[in-house]
Amino acid sequence: MRDEQNQTARNFVEQVVALAPALAGPRADGLDRFAKAGLPSTRAEAWKFTNLRGLDKLTLGPAPDAATVTVDAIPTALDTPAPRLVFVAGQYRADLSRVGDLPDGVVLTALTGETAPVAGDGPFRALNSALSSHGAALRVAAGVKLTSPVELVFIAATAGDKAALWNPRIIIEIADGAEATVVEHHVGANAGTYISNVVADVSVGIGARLHHYKLQAEGLDAWHLANVSTHLAQDAVYDTFVLNLGARLARHEARQVLDGTGIEARVSGAYAITGNQVSDITTLIDHAKPHCTSREVVKGVIDGAARAVFQGKIVVRPDAQKTDGYQLNRALLLSESAEINSKPELEIYADDVKCSHGATAGELDEDQMFYLRARGISRDAARVLLIGAFLDEALDEIIDETVRAHFRAQAEAWMGAR
Amino acid sequence: MSLIEIKNLHATVDGKAILKGVDLTINAGEVHAIMGPNGAGKSTLSYVLAGREGYEITEGSVTFDGQDLLSMEIEERAAAGLFLAFQYPVEIPGVSNTTFLKEALNAIRKTRGETPLDAMQFLKLIRAKAKDLSMNDEMIKRAVNVGFSGGEKKRNEALQMAVLQPKLAILDETDSGLDIDALKIVAEGVNRLRGPERGMLVITHYQRLLDYIVPDVVHVLANGRIVKSGGKELALELEAKGYAEFGVTEAA
Ligand SMILES: Nc1ncnc2c1ncn2[C@@H]1O[C@H](COP(=O)(O)OP(=O)(O)OP(=O)(O)O)[C@@H](O)[C@H]1O
Ligand SMILES: [Mg+2]
Repeated sequence: MRDEQNQTARNFVEQVVALAPALAGPRADGLDRFAKAGLPSTRAEAWKFTNLRGLDKLTLGPAPDAATVTVDAIPTALDTPAPRLVFVAGQYRADLSRVGDLPDGVVLTALTGETAPVAGDGPFRALNSALSSHGAALRVAAGVKLTSPVELVFIAATAGDKAALWNPRIIIEIADGAEATVVEHHVGANAGTYISNVVADVSVGIGARLHHYKLQAEGLDAWHLANVSTHLAQDAVYDTFVLNLGARLARHEARQVLDGTGIEARVSGAYAITGNQVSDITTLIDHAKPHCTSREVVKGVIDGAARAVFQGKIVVRPDAQKTDGYQLNRALLLSESAEINSKPELEIYADDVKCSHGATAGELDEDQMFYLRARGISRDAARVLLIGAFLDEALDEIIDETVRAHFRAQAEAWMGAR
Repeated sequence: MSLIEIKNLHATVDGKAILKGVDLTINAGEVHAIMGPNGAGKSTLSYVLAGREGYEITEGSVTFDGQDLLSMEIEERAAAGLFLAFQYPVEIPGVSNTTFLKEALNAIRKTRGETPLDAMQFLKLIRAKAKDLSMNDEMIKRAVNVGFSGGEKKRNEALQMAVLQPKLAILDETDSGLDIDALKIVAEGVNRLRGPERGMLVITHYQRLLDYIVPDVVHVLANGRIVKSGGKELALELEAKGYAEFGVTEAA
């Protein structure tokens, strides 16, 4: 049990407990674990750069009934219609979703009502385990290649000035030799204050491939807390990317276990933030078996008084000889008060491995700015070119070209709006 | 009509006086060359004219095509027709030559009230200009100056000049780093741009370039000032005698 001193936002925790419905069994246990553990303070090593105290200032209330919310546009990262599940204020909206015409062996279901409890540590997993009532599950049977991507769309909506909390659950299971692409959208353009506490459990079977992309464009008063846990089997390819643009505070915590030989894990991301936003990308790449490669490129642009956190831990277990790990983290600071906290961590217990990491933070290059402007390009356009080029190095990690172009356009829109 | 009129220009960098009263007038249709010892202030003059930050103008004025040049933004100067071919071109990873030049040309066209070129029109233009300079398609697709050899970078400057068609081109040692054939190709490119409405300021250390780009006037810049001006024969004279007579070792 956690020492009282290491907890923060007790008021928030108590409100959550008070508002929770009557629970039984493992869900009640989850709530109990959450209440006891509380939220980590910045004294906890994993949270030392991200302060959750602001949650305490919120007054929680119920989410609006999704059926009453009008949705004008459903975001997509694709050029052609694809299967999708749409959630509004954390609740499934069948009328906006599209699940017909899936090939045999592909099951895409909306989880409603009691979702199965999730395993794993941490208060947010416990909270999701206790309260999650909506979510998405994609299961692809062995050898089936799903050509069309699947989109999971979470659209925020609030009513009144109380903060709503929802706990989406995502399950992705790609069986041996199968392949799929999943794009998550978390959007909340004009929504008020809310907390989206997402838990995703992913497994990729032997020789299977999963492209898993996420666009986080929550409203600017939102708290986005995501916890992704991925299990990779022998020869699996996992290509994942998160683009953090929205939320007042977003923490994307992703843990991947490379539990077989010959796995290729590509765990990358980008962010562009301003004002008082906080973007936290915390990853763990756990090389448990030999002959695997992992590649991680995380880059971001920080303007205003925004702050970014990158914590990237790579563990190479004693067994994991011939591991090839690469990690790059770069931040571009556009203002004097912009800040980055970067913590790369290599824990290597095997001796025959190749692991490299690099972290840099800098400003726009004055010589480059001068050169572009001397050719007639305005200051703003020159900045857009340079920022775009900077982010491209991360966005280029996205294997799917359509999604890459769409994410690029989102980043460009951010640059144009600043 | 004078295209550019530089009067008594003084500039300092970090409190250190570099330009100490430069007077220079270039009329439309003329090509001027500036020669001078290392550290004389030639590049400083070209940067000050292009509007680079970090220089303090303590005295003097510059009128370009009837406008007060020193009060203009960097990009406004470019749009007004001023072009600097850099002594040390800057590398811009992640931005392709094509994107860069299209953005530049269309920005300039926009300020001039002209319609922007679409992708096809632009590609046609840049291909033709690149061909004139014996540059291949691969080079125009690459990131700006990244991995370019010294000579390729200079050629790329010449390409930009050919695409942007400036009124006044300042070439800061565009010849250095070019092999003999490239020198001819680039000089031909410069000569193609010569015309009754345009002017050029060619900064060089070598008479050789001036065999190809024959100047109307040659100036010697030493110690932050123009200390001598003459016809094209002055360049030959300097090549023979060096800069000793201008007391270049004299402390500032
Ligand atoms: N930021 C700076 N701080 C101090 N001195 C500077 C700075 N920039 C330039 N200088 C000095 O100004 C002087 C003029 O430099 P400039 O580059 O204009 O010379 P140049 O005539 O172009 O020389 P070269 O023929 O070698 O290209 C040099 O003595 C140089 O060291
Ligand atoms: Mg120079």
